[in-house]
Amino acid sequence: MKLLKSLGVSVLTLSAVLASASSMADKLVISNWDGYMPADMMERFKKATGIDAELALHATNEEIMGKVVASKGKGYDVIFVSSPFVEALNKLDLIADIDHSQIPNTKNLYKQANNLKYDKGNKMSMPYAWGTTGLCYRADLMDEPTSWNDLLKPNDKLKGKVTMLSTDRWLMAAGFLSLGHSVNTAKQSEIEAAKDVLIEAKKSILAYDDATFYAKLVSGEATMTHAWDGWCNYGTAENPNIKYTIPKEGTDMWVDTMVIPKNSKMKKEAHAFINFVLSQDIGVWIANNVMYKTPNEAAMSSLDKELLKAYPNLAMTPDQIMAQEQLRDLGKTQKAYTKAVTEILASN
Amino acid sequence: MRNSSRNWLLIAPGLGWLALFMVIPCILIFALSFFERGVYGGVDYNFNFENFQRAFDPIYLGILLDSIRIAGTATLVAILLAYPAAYAISLAPRNKQTTYLFLIMLPFWSNYLIRTYAWIVLLNREGLINNSLEAIGVINEPLNLLYNEFSVITGLVYNYLPFVVLAIYSSISKINPEVREASEDLGAPAWKTFLRVTLPLTAPGVAAGSVFVFVLSVGNFITPDLLGGGRLQMVGNLIYDQFLSARDWPFGATLSFILIGIMMMLLFAQAVVVNRQNTDRTPKVKEELESLKFDASMTQQEKAHA
Repeated sequence: MKLLKSLGVSVLTLSAVLASASSMADKLVISNWDGYMPADMMERFKKATGIDAELALHATNEEIMGKVVASKGKGYDVIFVSSPFVEALNKLDLIADIDHSQIPNTKNLYKQANNLKYDKGNKMSMPYAWGTTGLCYRADLMDEPTSWNDLLKPNDKLKGKVTMLSTDRWLMAAGFLSLGHSVNTAKQSEIEAAKDVLIEAKKSILAYDDATFYAKLVSGEATMTHAWDGWCNYGTAENPNIKYTIPKEGTDMWVDTMVIPKNSKMKKEAHAFINFVLSQDIGVWIANNVMYKTPNEAAMSSLDKELLKAYPNLAMTPDQIMAQEQLRDLGKTQKAYTKAVTEILASN
Repeated sequence: MRNSSRNWLLIAPGLGWLALFMVIPCILIFALSFFERGVYGGVDYNFNFENFQRAFDPIYLGILLDSIRIAGTATLVAILLAYPAAYAISLAPRNKQTTYLFLIMLPFWSNYLIRTYAWIVLLNREGLINNSLEAIGVINEPLNLLYNEFSVITGLVYNYLPFVVLAIYSSISKINPEVREASEDLGAPAWKTFLRVTLPLTAPGVAAGSVFVFVLSVGNFITPDLLGGGRLQMVGNLIYDQFLSARDWPFGATLSFILIGIMMMLLFAQAVVVNRQNTDRTPKVKEELESLKFDASMTQQEKAHA
């Protein structure tokens, strides 16, 4: 009897926990990368609009895609994803149209930001931050690299002192660009050729590193790394000799965006959140703290000149960014990319 | 009747937990492995065996074999390091043994990730070991100690060694000292006592420790990622990538299922070893002692002859 009673008590506690979980349903749920917004963003938003919101985190695009595809977007109101995934989510019919009349702060955006290939006119997504992928290097230890081949076929001094990104699109892009192919190619022969180049390149790299490459530059373990421009700035912050450059073959351009799932029950509030994020203040915060460029002209044009001098890649103009090839969704070709990446990573 | 229903009540939470979080997920994994990935992730429910064929493609089979080799090496090194340590602890005075075992467990007070990161600090080209060796003039150029198979095996051994020490210690300490004494009294030299009495009697501990290191190593993905610098792909990384990066859940499920199968076979083999030991312990030891007696009488005869 005692046992039954204690079982009963635990069932009651469990249902209380479940009830409190379901009461969170009337809070706006935002999913973003960790540290990509001000830590007190939800309080700021609540203060400005009176809307309660809570933050969920995802570590990668693929992770949030997995969650959203599994739940059909239920349980999320605003999701931060990179541009190719906007196209994928749209093809899956999981994201809602953006109502520009509810987002007056679109006026803060550069006019170029309304002409992004994956979503012309920002009909289903709003750009949050954008940038390029290139080479981040120690200017005190080497001359400025000029070609992707400087990374893929490093000279003897650099052998074992370079790192590469292993995330599929960017790893493949380095191979494609060195061969003069598009970063969105669907041609099997080009995928094979890039794969061969990258298998060869693997022999001379120190490691694949998507998260701490700048720290390896600071410690001197690496002399040159394959890097996203914003992350290179984290290295520059610790050692001004760490610089960013785009090789002569060009590179890819990526945009991190905000989308609203079709199944969101709080679309009006979700629009209010996006509007809040596109304010000048938040844009300035992003540049100062995350050190990423944003398509927010009002914010970028008001940045401190000293900041731009210290981190020259923050001063890149929208036209310079847009000159690079935009990453697109691959559809069925994704499978071939994944297989090539697996072969590269498994090679000896 | 009352007793059995109370027993069921006591078992129910544990059984429920296992059913909910182990049996059902395993069934889901098994079921998922027969379908295919949708173009944008998700699952197309189109029954086929393609994933199993694909798993035996040379690339994936190669990764599986590499993982088995790496986990096997880690197991061997861990046993070679742990056995003498466990043996030494078991010979220490009773009151000291607890302290030594406590010290063996001490690393578990910090997180797995932190312990693994510590190896990066030690092994990298600008790290403690390279800098010290350079400072005392042993080497001129830093050694490549990190981001290779050596560092991955080092990390695996380091992290799982305590479990092996404990497993072997528990089976050494269970041996009745009289058995060893009997062997010595019958004239067997120390090495022979060890090889023919102690070692066979501790086989269950060695088996348990080996299975532990092997099973945890073969599916590990954090250590190859951090200490292998992503240059080394183990089956754990492959499964991780299928779920989180390629979003090919069905293929990830197939690989997981194969891995679970390998682990089940190993656990079964271990159970067989332990079982055999438990049932034939006495006759086997008797037999060993008999043969030692024979050896002993031989040596005595030889002596007499001489």
